[in-house]
Amino acid sequence: MMRVVNGLIDWVDARLPVVNAYKKHMSEYYAPKNFNFWYYFGVLSMVVLVNQLLTGIWLTMFYSPSQGFESVEYIMRDVQWGWLIRYMHAVGASAFFAVVYIHMFRGLMYGSYKPPRELVWIFGMLIYVALMAEGFLGYVLPWGNMSYWGAQVIISLAGAIPFDILPFIGPDDAKDIGEALTTWVRGDYLLSTATVNKFFALHVVAIPLVLVALVFLHILALHEVGSNNPDGVEIKQNKDENGIPKDGIPFHPYYTVKDLPGVIIFLMIFAVVIFFFPTGGGYLIEKPNFVAANPLKTPDHIAPVWYYGPYYAMLRATTIEWLGMSSKTWGLIAMGGGIVVLFLLPWLDRHPVKSIRYKGWLSKLLLFVFAADFLMLGYLGTQPATGTAKTLAQIGTVYYFLFFFIGLPLAHRFEKSKPVPERVTGGH
Amino acid sequence: MSNDGVNTSRRTFLIGLTSTVGVAGAIGAAVPFVKSWQPSAKAENAGAPVEVDVSKLEMGQRVVAEWRGQPVWVVRRTDDMVANLDKLNDQLKDPESKDKQQPPYAANEWRSIKKEYLVLIGICTHLGCSPLFEEEPTVELKYGGFFCPCHGSKFDLAGRVYEGVPAPTNLVVPPHSYVSDAVIIVGSEEGETKA
Repeated sequence: MMRVVNGLIDWVDARLPVVNAYKKHMSEYYAPKNFNFWYYFGVLSMVVLVNQLLTGIWLTMFYSPSQGFESVEYIMRDVQWGWLIRYMHAVGASAFFAVVYIHMFRGLMYGSYKPPRELVWIFGMLIYVALMAEGFLGYVLPWGNMSYWGAQVIISLAGAIPFDILPFIGPDDAKDIGEALTTWVRGDYLLSTATVNKFFALHVVAIPLVLVALVFLHILALHEVGSNNPDGVEIKQNKDENGIPKDGIPFHPYYTVKDLPGVIIFLMIFAVVIFFFPTGGGYLIEKPNFVAANPLKTPDHIAPVWYYGPYYAMLRATTIEWLGMSSKTWGLIAMGGGIVVLFLLPWLDRHPVKSIRYKGWLSKLLLFVFAADFLMLGYLGTQPATGTAKTLAQIGTVYYFLFFFIGLPLAHRFEKSKPVPERVTGGH
Repeated sequence: MSNDGVNTSRRTFLIGLTSTVGVAGAIGAAVPFVKSWQPSAKAENAGAPVEVDVSKLEMGQRVVAEWRGQPVWVVRRTDDMVANLDKLNDQLKDPESKDKQQPPYAANEWRSIKKEYLVLIGICTHLGCSPLFEEEPTVELKYGGFFCPCHGSKFDLAGRVYEGVPAPTNLVVPPHSYVSDAVIIVGSEEGETKA
């Protein structure tokens, strides 16, 4: 029996480098031995990706874009176990962002975007942007009232692009271009079945293909340069006589076994949310989305789902008019800039030390306030923009950009860092 | 690979030429894919004008019609409402309606053909929410007007935007005209467009 199996493996391996790939990415991929709790969230985002792909494929079997709202109700009420598959997908979207945000914060803490891992970070950011597009498109599909009005708000952002900064384009032309662009995106003069059909195609085919390709590149780039770790020590600089990093352990079996309990605990929490809080009190599926889309009735308060909160808060908080551009345009610039600045992170951070463990007090304080600021903006983005909330969002937006443009490039000049060890530590 | 005997300038020229032809072909091939996103012939036909009968509308009240999927408001303004319009000019961004948010026949102080009837597209110029109609004075709106619940934009009873709110421009007056004294056709200028 074993001879047959080994013979088969040899036959395939002579034609496709499977053994080599297994060694390179699993049994001989040496990861630092000091990974901690924060290192679960990469593998968890893979788990959620698989969940989204599987439940997503199943939902397309019952959903029809020309009857968006009715077909989702059909899935919820009539399709056997349809409610579970739908809630797994809807809660999965929020879970995806939750684990990705923690994964990104881990990178921020331990400097995982610093050389030589800039491309790993860039691919990760592209995944994040694709994910935001995927989430938005998916939120439109059930065609509830919040789907409708959320899409209305987001698509109308195309009308705020300042085309008049280009030569030979006046403000009136810019408005016409903006309107033509929104009509093109909608495929109609209003949000209609044409729009839902288009978004469906993008949500189930185009973006998932891009997403999977980017995940592949993210991991390929990571395995080329090797994983960072909580100490920010390059383990490849300390190899034994066989060329194996002294502080490295093979990914399989050590980290596959370590990750497994993490996955199990995650799935337990995930199941509790799916079974007991599938709408998350209006944060995971907003209340107006249980009513069909109605173009003549705006919900009292249009709020994005929580994971867009920080950027939506920045959009609304920007009320300045400057350089001849409207506050709407500046809002768009703040929101887009908030994401673009993350791409620049590897070049904005000028700190000689990678990990927060060995950075000085100022860097620690700035990062802590940044995390609190991001959470605050996230909350404010889901709330009405009234007096105090608006002021807080404005302060939060300013801090967000100051952190990237002043804090990260300059913090090391005002603090004393601890010496970085030669080898990884146990965190003591 | 040896480059002996290779005519590099000819090779560069050929690479440039084939790349240019290839890119031009790719742009041409992209046209049908991009154009297919435009409204279909069916959607274009569906954008037909809508008639609104305002003969039964009470003074100070509003009726909502639907045109191209957008709410269209017709408000029958009282004389007081019209008289109050110019009291607010210093608090408005564009009191004289210089921005082309209305057809030329509505580019006047009261932003309508007849002073009595105000016709507006009921969508906030900020991010497309539908503002609330406040016919009575409120804390926010001294002489009544429209208040957007999403981000707090304020408009007067001619759809003109206040200073210091997120909405950048006045509410849009759609193309419209009068088929008879009390029937307005929205989306068409074939009827009467003079008071």
